[in-house]
Amino acid sequence: MHENGFEPLIVGFCCNWCSYAGADLAGVSRFQYPTNVRIIRVMCSGRVDPAFVLKALEAGADGVLIAGCHPGDCHYIAGNYKAARRISLLKKMLAQLGIEAERVRLEWVSASEGAKFAEVVTNFTETIKKLGPGPFNRKTAKAEEGE
Amino acid sequence: MDKPRVGVFVCHCGRNIGAYVNVPEVVDYAKSLPDVVHAEHNLYTCSEEGISAIKKGIQDYNLNRVIVASCTPRTHEPLFRSACEAAGLNKYLFEFVNIRDQCSWVHMEDPEKASQKAKDLIRMGVARARLLEPLEEVEIKVAPSALVIGGGVVGMSAALNLAAQGFDVHLVEKQGKLGGTLNDVHKLYPTNEEAAKLTNPLIQKVESYPTIRTYLSARVKEVAGFIGNFEVTVDQGGKESKFAVGTIIVATGARELKPIGQYGYGEMPNVLTQLELEEQMKNGEPEGKNVVMINCVGARVPGRTYCSRICCMNAIKNAYLIKKANPKAGVWILHRDLMTCGVESEDYYRKAMEQGVRFIRYSLERRPEVIGNGKAEKIKVYHELRKKELELPCDMLVLNTPLIPGEDNQEISRMLKVSLDEFGFLLEAHLKLRPVEFAMDGVYVCGSAKWPTDVTEGISQAYAAASKAAGPLRTGYVKPEAITASVNEDICSGCGTCVSLCPFGAVVLVPKDGKRVAQVTVAQCKGCGVCGAACPSGAITMNHFRNEEIMAQLEALMV
Repeated sequence: MHENGFEPLIVGFCCNWCSYAGADLAGVSRFQYPTNVRIIRVMCSGRVDPAFVLKALEAGADGVLIAGCHPGDCHYIAGNYKAARRISLLKKMLAQLGIEAERVRLEWVSASEGAKFAEVVTNFTETIKKLGPGPFNRKTAKAEEGE
Repeated sequence: MDKPRVGVFVCHCGRNIGAYVNVPEVVDYAKSLPDVVHAEHNLYTCSEEGISAIKKGIQDYNLNRVIVASCTPRTHEPLFRSACEAAGLNKYLFEFVNIRDQCSWVHMEDPEKASQKAKDLIRMGVARARLLEPLEEVEIKVAPSALVIGGGVVGMSAALNLAAQGFDVHLVEKQGKLGGTLNDVHKLYPTNEEAAKLTNPLIQKVESYPTIRTYLSARVKEVAGFIGNFEVTVDQGGKESKFAVGTIIVATGARELKPIGQYGYGEMPNVLTQLELEEQMKNGEPEGKNVVMINCVGARVPGRTYCSRICCMNAIKNAYLIKKANPKAGVWILHRDLMTCGVESEDYYRKAMEQGVRFIRYSLERRPEVIGNGKAEKIKVYHELRKKELELPCDMLVLNTPLIPGEDNQEISRMLKVSLDEFGFLLEAHLKLRPVEFAMDGVYVCGSAKWPTDVTEGISQAYAAASKAAGPLRTGYVKPEAITASVNEDICSGCGTCVSLCPFGAVVLVPKDGKRVAQVTVAQCKGCGVCGAACPSGAITMNHFRNEEIMAQLEALMV
């Protein structure tokens, strides 16, 4: 039932300095990518509390992307390293909860990597499409009840 | 805070948004969202008209939250914030929703979904805006002095400009002598004046200027602190000096690529780079010799795709000077394209042709070849226009190579927390909107450190950077963003997790009522929020990106 016409909803946390700028550059360069991602700007990927990721899934997101500056490039010196540690722990926890860890992805996208941002979103959307709806996707839940 | 009254301004951005997102439909949708009391669309919200509409909206509808759905906060948030301020609304009650760079421009083929996404983003923006709180900015005092890193012509120009405006300047040069790259240059285009004629008076002026302190054979070892109060440590042969400055200018220049292994360079004694030729020209060489120059060696090729801009003119200048001194010598420039932009340069190019310098165009597919035993004796080149292979007599082969990023750029990037571009040059905050500024407050850049520039451009940039750097020094204070962390001392357990995480040393533990609590030094906090994401007690509030605000955005993700 999921394969056909399933359009995932993806939350993208982007750090202000690198990834949000990279996402802007994708636009300026007119790189086209799927419409599934909803970007939330944070100052640093290190701001992303794992609770935000869980909340996103609970709110119905099928996937969560966290994008930060490349290692060594963080505007705040090392916030991205902190994000990397937190997200890898979170992914382990998700697996224990029975949620596919692949629903959460951490990527480094610099301000000059518009093409990479578009590619990451395209690729991640494909991955989530294959995984099917997230654990708390209310739309799918409703549809199933209706069936 | 009163009940939220949200106003939403959706921008067409001409056709940039309007052609792909159904703006009127989005506006209607915005009107249906909770606490939205007004929504409208503007052809350009950033125009005079759009800004007036925001101010009028705030007054007419008594708005206490404003949303603009438009291009990107990275370029236009300051403008819309100041419109709010002008209408008496705290600027932190403004929220930006990005529906151009991250929506209409990336979904041009699917207007329906793009419109839906714009609605979703605005719904999330409204959810966040309802919870936004006003913030006040603190004033930070600025030390009335500046640091200039790099004592070339650009750094010296910046230092002199700042000094002339009445500020103390610390000028740090890693060589034992001021002058930078120009010390190795013979003459300058387009005036054909000796480089020393420019640098010597500058050096004398800098060295005799009472308020410029010069550190030679020195390097900046460490920079701590922030705009207004950078604490600088300079290492001069093991002797350390420490001082405080308000602002910093980076003028560290670039270096010439040494094209080891190309066209016999490093193997044949008569194959030189342009700077090595300059050294010989200072001594009257190359007298009566046939000289062939090859342009774009190591530039505009895969891996180093940029044009170094200054080398065409530099080659033409040296070719002209050689030909003029020795009219009988053959002088050829083998080029791919010639960059001789500007009034003087194009005339200079013509003058060189009239003087007898010969220009031959080659292509990357058929590069010139060096013929010779142990040294370059002849250069074989396929003449693109005559469709004919030529053999040029050659006593000296000069390779025209690009300027490449300075070897200290990585270190500067780390120390000053400024970015590098894909090639390793220092990256300014925005090419058009914030030239010569870094994203890091209070740090500025000029000259070839950020991109190959010639002397004229470099000095212009030095003056620009100096005037930017003087701004905070003159006002005596700055108001950094109020987006900082704060601690609820009642629930802080004093565990110190935040202290160890903060990269700026902005959080410290202090004793209070018999326990230890975390305290944030606002002037030092850069607002990254790393501490807030880690606090196990939930005692840290990351202002403007509070948990509640982000959670509300997420809750509004689905209808």
